[in-house]
Amino acid sequence: MNMGLYIAQQVINAVSLGSLYALVAIGLSMVFGILRMTNFAHGDMMMVGAFAALVLGAAGLPFWLAALGGIVIAAIAGIVVERVAYRPVRGSPDVTLLLTSLGVTYILENLGILIFTSSPRNFPIPDLMNSSIQFMDGQITFTAINVVTVVLTAVSLAALGWFVTRTDAGLGTRATAEDLGAARLVGLDVNRLIVTAFAIASAFAGLAGVLWAAQAGIVEPDMGFTPLLKAFVAAIIGGFGSIAGALVGGYVLGALEVLIVAFLPSEVSPYRDAIVFAFLITFLLFRPNGLLNRTQEVKL
Amino acid sequence: MPEAAVAPIADASGVLRVRDLVVSYGAVAALRGVSLHVGRGEVVALLGANGAGKSTMLRTISGLMLPKSGEIRFLGQRIDGIPPARIVRLGLAHSPEGRRLFGSLTVAENLRLGASTRSDRSGIEADRERLYALFPVLKERARQQAATLSGGEQQMVALARALVARPKLLLLDEPSLGIAPIIMQQIFASLAELKSSGVTMLLVEQNMSMALDIADRAYVLRTGEVSLEGDARELKTNYEEVAAAYLGARR
Repeated sequence: MNMGLYIAQQVINAVSLGSLYALVAIGLSMVFGILRMTNFAHGDMMMVGAFAALVLGAAGLPFWLAALGGIVIAAIAGIVVERVAYRPVRGSPDVTLLLTSLGVTYILENLGILIFTSSPRNFPIPDLMNSSIQFMDGQITFTAINVVTVVLTAVSLAALGWFVTRTDAGLGTRATAEDLGAARLVGLDVNRLIVTAFAIASAFAGLAGVLWAAQAGIVEPDMGFTPLLKAFVAAIIGGFGSIAGALVGGYVLGALEVLIVAFLPSEVSPYRDAIVFAFLITFLLFRPNGLLNRTQEVKL
Repeated sequence: MPEAAVAPIADASGVLRVRDLVVSYGAVAALRGVSLHVGRGEVVALLGANGAGKSTMLRTISGLMLPKSGEIRFLGQRIDGIPPARIVRLGLAHSPEGRRLFGSLTVAENLRLGASTRSDRSGIEADRERLYALFPVLKERARQQAATLSGGEQQMVALARALVARPKLLLLDEPSLGIAPIIMQQIFASLAELKSSGVTMLLVEQNMSMALDIADRAYVLRTGEVSLEGDARELKTNYEEVAAAYLGARR
């Protein structure tokens, strides 16, 4: 196989992986942007979305509808978690928020174990999505799910971009993220905007969960943990709290991981995550606010 | 019921009436029983040294802080304890200290959010054009991120963002803060123009002489209490008394 084709193949892998990271990281960053809260339970919305899609699929819904249902249920779960767990502690010290979100994580994961047991379950997807697409007489190969991942991510991101730049609610969300006190002073319904942000963030996580499960072929209650960790890295690289930053960070991280596996000796591959974190630490020494850093303003 | 029975109520109580307001930060009292009122079309200045409680006053009126006791009536209705968003909807706009613009949003977007309590599209449009006429530089900068503007321009955006809500009362906190003197004069000229168009204002300002020039009446706060109040023109001719009210009389 020649080098150019090999690189093309790896670019496709990187974009596909980066898309998943970006989808999760954006929600994490949105919520942090508004509430200054690190939402550990965000990864569990992936699990909620994937399991909901699994159950709906088992109940006889066609895959696409089941997936859509999973996304909607993840969004609803996000709204419920905000209302029940986060709103009562809003404005509390950071540690309280952190512990609350950790608590929610444990509750959701154990709920998942209670209902579905801790053993992984098969996540059936249509044969069409498992089919491989080949170019150059099979020299570049990828499965259809990769294409679906990239296309759906692009569509969701475009929709989000439209939302945050063109709609009142989207502008309001950004304004609230920038200065919650000033947002209240211009009469924005901050509670409603926070709920909106949670719904969107969780829907994105739900979509990522369905795609992640579809790629892995399995779902399990703690499936959100690894992607959450990666999304953190992505969000931090981009500049925590910035939506555009999370997007950029997601793709940078995807590229980095693929690069490590594809171009370093195979003995190094198992240390991929260690290398990524070493990179992160070094990177933060030079750009502590991330790539697209925002200045921190004093809040009312 | 005859019309006259309804109309005078608002005039009798004025636009804003604050009675015996007590506000504290934890154990520290910031306001210790302040009373003041603002009539329709009036510009009232709230003067005083740093830490006298001026900004606390405005923040409590607009609902960002809760009073310990006392009451605040806006257009006859009690508003203490009501969330800020609802107070804005009643017609009270607050242009806060330090401007607090949405810096990553454009000037036009800041104004759009300022009008978020209104739903009359054409009315908003007309008001926005009027504000662009009042501050022509904002029209040029409409598509620029607010954070990229100069301090004076940002203050104009802050003013416009508050005014586009078409408030019945404008709370204005330190419009001269950190602004070059020449721009400051320009901003006060705009405020005078707004006043003559009937905008009611409660103005917090460090620059006493400019504030007294535009105001009808003034209150001087000292350590959370009203130490002097009166007609702005009279106060302006009696600097000594005002200075004593600022700093406390030395005996």
